[in-house]
Amino acid sequence: MHQTFNAALEINLLHANQAGADHNRSHFDEWGITCFNVMSSPGAGKTVLLERSLATLGAQFKIAVIEGDMTTELDADRLRQYGVPVIAINTGRSCHLDSKMVAGGIHRLAHEYNPREFELVIVENVGNLVCPAEFEVGEHAKIALLSITEGEDKPLKYPIMFQAADCLLITKMDLAPYLEVDINQIVANVRQINPYVTIIPVSAKTGEGLETWFEWVRRQIHQKSEHQLPLSISCANQ
Amino acid sequence: MHETDMTKALIMTVKDWWLAQPDKPQVSQVHLTVGKFTCVEPASLEFAFQVQTRHTFLANAELIIRETPLIAFCHPCQQEYRPEIGIQYACPICHSPMEDIRSGRELKIDRIEYNSQVESYYAPNL
Repeated sequence: MHQTFNAALEINLLHANQAGADHNRSHFDEWGITCFNVMSSPGAGKTVLLERSLATLGAQFKIAVIEGDMTTELDADRLRQYGVPVIAINTGRSCHLDSKMVAGGIHRLAHEYNPREFELVIVENVGNLVCPAEFEVGEHAKIALLSITEGEDKPLKYPIMFQAADCLLITKMDLAPYLEVDINQIVANVRQINPYVTIIPVSAKTGEGLETWFEWVRRQIHQKSEHQLPLSISCANQ
Repeated sequence: MHETDMTKALIMTVKDWWLAQPDKPQVSQVHLTVGKFTCVEPASLEFAFQVQTRHTFLANAELIIRETPLIAFCHPCQQEYRPEIGIQYACPICHSPMEDIRSGRELKIDRIEYNSQVESYYAPNL
């Protein structure tokens, strides 16, 4: 005869991704690397921010980039001009990088270079304000970008991304005079969800705020090398 | 459409469990808890589940999703409140930021319901 049974699983849907992210982070820790996960909607200015960052910080630190893109290597090619290793990952139809994809990038980095030489690995995620926030890749800090052209309401509409961020860059500040956007309202909306996030208004075009951003990056790298511990442990999902 | 990836993860987890069962039982229901404060849309999960389980061991299984509301705890006020997603997350009374989320971030496979052949000698009372 047939009987109905129950099996309690109590397993997080993302547990496989989380385990992969922890594994990636353990590699970074072992090699003394700080890893950032840079996320934003498409066109917020991630790649140009990285260009400016590589141009300045590339002289001080050994940096590598893991570049996620759905289809092309256009962004990866832009960043390669700064003389740093750029490992391109095409996600195909997937709207975010997951820990397994980034693991592939880490293995390529370890295979082609001596990973212990690197101090910073920047993962540039796929442009998307929703999905990347749920998938950790093994980063020590999450960097979110919000361009002022996107408006004040985005932190309210896409709260998970802003809640998870350790640092928020409000980009394209040079356009502020041409827009009716209230930056104080953006900040207030973010603070409702994440009172501790570091918020830095920047313009890659004029250079406004970039030194503050570079200083934040330097501090993360130095703290990491002093403590050899993860800077922040994200516990987004139980 | 990250629900597609999440459904793959869901199916793989259930499959691991299923393969570990000696009699490979018929799974009838998979129960999930999905919080309102996640990037997951239950209808998309259900659609992805239907499509991805076709012609598999889960072909006849039903996906049952329990949604949990977003509930935060305000420490200054010492009480829970329900932030309005998309409108206001801070405490409606003292306007402290939403810091302590008590419900709404769940993404969990709770349990599996399955039918199994029971040999009569295991059930002497029947």
